[in-house]
Amino acid sequence: MTTTTPLDSLFLDELDLEAAAATRPAPNHLDALEAEAVFILREVAAEFARPVLLFSGGKDSAVLLHLAEKAFAPGPLPFPVMHIDTGHNFDDVLAFRDHRTTGKGHRLIVASVQDTIDQGRATEEAGGSRNRLQATTLLDAVASHGFDVCLGGGRRDEEKARAKERVFSFRNKAGQWDPSGQRPEPWSIYNGRIHAGEHMRAFPISNWTELDVWEYISREGIELPSMYFAHRRTVLERDGMLLAVCPQVVPRGDEVPFEDTVRYRTVGDMSCTGAVRSSAATVAEIIDELAMTRVTERGATRADDRFSEAAMEDRKKEGYF
Amino acid sequence: MSVDAEAGLLRVATAGSVDDGKSTLIGRLLWDAKAILEDQVAAVTHASAARGHDGVNLAMLTDGLRAERDQGITIDVAYRYFATPRRRFVLTDTPGHFEYTRNMVTGASNADLAVVLVDARNGVLEQTRRHAVIASMLHLPHVVVAVNKMDLVDWDEAVFTRICEELTAFVNRFDEPSLTFIPMSAKLGDNVVDPSDHMPWYYGPPLLQYLEEVPLDDPAHNLAARLPVQWVAVPAVAADEGPNGNANGGPRHPGYAGQLVAGTLRTGDKVVVLPGGATSAVASIDALSGPVDEAAAGAAITVRLADPVEVHRGDTIALQGAEPQVGRCLEALLCWMADAPLVVGARYRLKQTSRWTTAVVADLHYRLDIETLDHAPATALGPNDIGSVALTLSDDLVFDAYRANRSTGSFILVDEDTNVTVAAGMIVAADSATHEQDRPVPTAG
Ligand SMILES: Nc1nc2c(ncn2[C@@H]2O[C@H](COP(=O)(O)OP(=O)(O)O)[C@@H](O)[C@H]2O)c(=O)[nH]1
Repeated sequence: MTTTTPLDSLFLDELDLEAAAATRPAPNHLDALEAEAVFILREVAAEFARPVLLFSGGKDSAVLLHLAEKAFAPGPLPFPVMHIDTGHNFDDVLAFRDHRTTGKGHRLIVASVQDTIDQGRATEEAGGSRNRLQATTLLDAVASHGFDVCLGGGRRDEEKARAKERVFSFRNKAGQWDPSGQRPEPWSIYNGRIHAGEHMRAFPISNWTELDVWEYISREGIELPSMYFAHRRTVLERDGMLLAVCPQVVPRGDEVPFEDTVRYRTVGDMSCTGAVRSSAATVAEIIDELAMTRVTERGATRADDRFSEAAMEDRKKEGYF
Repeated sequence: MSVDAEAGLLRVATAGSVDDGKSTLIGRLLWDAKAILEDQVAAVTHASAARGHDGVNLAMLTDGLRAERDQGITIDVAYRYFATPRRRFVLTDTPGHFEYTRNMVTGASNADLAVVLVDARNGVLEQTRRHAVIASMLHLPHVVVAVNKMDLVDWDEAVFTRICEELTAFVNRFDEPSLTFIPMSAKLGDNVVDPSDHMPWYYGPPLLQYLEEVPLDDPAHNLAARLPVQWVAVPAVAADEGPNGNANGGPRHPGYAGQLVAGTLRTGDKVVVLPGGATSAVASIDALSGPVDEAAAGAAITVRLADPVEVHRGDTIALQGAEPQVGRCLEALLCWMADAPLVVGARYRLKQTSRWTTAVVADLHYRLDIETLDHAPATALGPNDIGSVALTLSDDLVFDAYRANRSTGSFILVDEDTNVTVAAGMIVAADSATHEQDRPVPTAG
């Protein structure tokens, strides 16, 4: 702590700064993000009676699961892993899910959107996307298993509405998020206190960007489903997006399917998750490509997020992840 | 925009009054650092046009939720991320509206650095004083005062100098933080990313260069080691072994996991487990990368001790001879965040590090008048008030003064009925009368 004095010294001397910065190696930003995530995971495990980790098979949840394994190693995960299965899955996502969960001795719970529809708790939407229906399936599963906190791989850089979300994000008895009534979250002191019937969402990788996630995947050698890497696929162009031709996406009108070299930036409902043209076949090539990318992850690949600027905010209030 | 693998992470909090140009400044930082991607620009261009703005309104890039866009002001804490080849940045944007002190405390509490905006035309207003006082109360390692809109005062050095002197004199009455002043025009880009051609009298760096070069030297590195235990990893017990496995601190001892919030911890270090007072030595340290001999502040580690002492979540492992304080009576500064006022005699849940206890407000010494820095007599604290209180706890707390250690000196108060976080607290000192008699007698491990 220096005392402030004559005005001249208020101006910063560049050389002083450089000399000071050289005295200690700066901690790697990935180490800092990793330590923060592990701290949050341990707080969640300790503060709640029945946590669950949400796992979509996507890169963010693969990173989250890896972090959870490190946080409690060499012990077992102190919570189960839950997949909200839309039924509209990409080729190897289910195999990957099983490999990464039951294959490693973790407890896996699958909650299926199809079951929610069959029970009459939700109705299929016009476009066929089940992203929105997942909210009901998730809330039903939270209630039936008595989970009091769901760990998710949400990142604040994904979307503007998320940019304001807390690390411990409170949900009322209806599972809803109230953006203007969030609990203040000073320092790293997380308040996990809730009443019966309420629950929390916790986001250990809130402060990571897409690039951080990829750099960490590279550093740690984290496995991913193959759809993240460039491959040949039959696609069609709809609303400016490349969608894989599949039972949920059949050519309409004058849409002509064609084969292209693509990869995905997120795992989601196949009917509305777009591919990007890319030849990046390795993690290193993806990192290079990202460094030059000019479109955000969501803008590129989520058809249903683009219908309005406030789509995400509405969705989150309903209880979406 | 690939970041150097060794680049560090700098957490920056911004604060400014409405219309000082904070959104424009952040927008320009993100824009010039190329952290803004095409679809975001398209959305903002579209929205700017719809509102009758010409071209891209940089401020809209950082506007958040719809309710806030409708009101035209940001009303909560928003997080932004960008990187330069030299460093990764986490920006917390905290709004300038006076009733939102709690947001600045929330957003800036974790920051390495605060940027406080001033409109050069207005000089030092109540808001500016409030932001500077909060930044120094939070004890942030660095505070930058961005004197913005210099283009509207003819790039006049005298205007800048007057603001520097006035704010420095004011803040020094509260504390003696080191303030760094940078004159700029967020709108035109002067001294944000590129140096200004208009102010040859300023010879410091532009803001971004300052943010890239300011030492990341975490002050917590130089403090005595503190490991608040978050999680006790109980090892699986083999059938032919006792509860502690082999007795030489081997792998079957329980692991005490937590984040080393200060100092350096090494294997062999003699430690004390507080508040109980049991002593032992560090047998092994597992970092996230594997076993290490030494861990530094910030690392998430799992420690095993040489002796079978009892350690629980909420206990703190500290170096013998450099121990934190233990006690049930605290003097603290509170930033009150709830609508319902704080009153003397009220009871709250208190969380500090990973420990929960109950606190009763024994006394309210004063409310800090941010305008005058006077200690105003008070019987209650309202939302966004800062006040000094005495708290009596139902259990021992292991703590340091906030000024000595931000992690072990901070806490939150939580309403017992609603579970809402109602205050952010900074420990000033132990209440000396009770502190001595509460001190546990160390027991050999
Ligand atoms: N002339 C000038 N105008 C500025 C400057 N910075 C911001 N403004 C304008 O001041 C107004 C308020 O800016 P905004 O960024 O929305 O302020 P905020 O409320 O602090 O986020 C806008 O009309 C900006 O264009 C500057 O450096 N010079």
